[in-house]
Amino acid sequence: MENLTLSDKLSRFILNWFFLMIVWIAFTSSFSGQELIVGVITTMVISLLSISMFTCCTLAILSPIRIVYMLWYFVVFFVALIQSNFDVARRVLSPSLPINPGIVKFKTKLTTNYSKMVLANSITLTPGTLTVDVIDDTFYIHWIDVKTTDPEKAFTEIAESFEKILLKIF
Amino acid sequence: MEILEIIGGILILIGSAFLFLGALGILRMPDVYNRLQAGTKATTLGAMSLIIGVGFLEPSWMMKSIIIVVFIAFSNPISSHALARAMYKRKRYPIIKSEDKDMDAYIEVFQQEEEEVKS
Repeated sequence: MENLTLSDKLSRFILNWFFLMIVWIAFTSSFSGQELIVGVITTMVISLLSISMFTCCTLAILSPIRIVYMLWYFVVFFVALIQSNFDVARRVLSPSLPINPGIVKFKTKLTTNYSKMVLANSITLTPGTLTVDVIDDTFYIHWIDVKTTDPEKAFTEIAESFEKILLKIF
Repeated sequence: MEILEIIGGILILIGSAFLFLGALGILRMPDVYNRLQAGTKATTLGAMSLIIGVGFLEPSWMMKSIIIVVFIAFSNPISSHALARAMYKRKRYPIIKSEDKDMDAYIEVFQQEEEEVKS
């Protein structure tokens, strides 16, 4: 991350500061002057120190269209999470234990580390899949009920709905 | 107040039901990877629902419980991924029921890494 321009760094710093301030306000749950001043100073110091490590994106991520896609991603993800829980419940409660496990791989079009992390986390929480490893652009997925070992079919089966939205956000 | 308490109670009940299913899954599944599958999903939604339920019972904690839910949603899948990967590095291979040998794609990468370590 050494080859960032100054305006890029500034934009990342402000974004970090903004999110840390939201977390601060949520934790203190008060808007009294003293708390806010301490919060502004603390979060500024933290985001200055962590600028080379924990910045994912510039302020461009806060454009309205991307926020709409983020909310849509949240809805898609939450539906998948609930589906996966009922899927687990069905498998665990049925006496014959209907599983056909295996590890499949597929390639993704995402490039940045943070988007790959979000995709890997979402895959872990969607029905019947668990991310075992991510190497460059290849995902290795433990699948509780393998339907196909072909990488492209596995991709459409597992990750396509998430990746379409993530490509628009990042 | 009354309606908030009812919603909170229902959410806590749902959460504990899913946590129970997760525990049952860990007990019944045959190997580490399948146990992680059952464990991660059920405990994520279970803990989320339970903590939001607590937030409804005690409205001043609501913001804190939302932050905790966000942290759980990020950290739970990461920890299960780390466990699965660590188990593979310890050579505990997943159970594969069908005869199709292609169903363990990760083993190629693993063998390459082994050879690189040896050489």
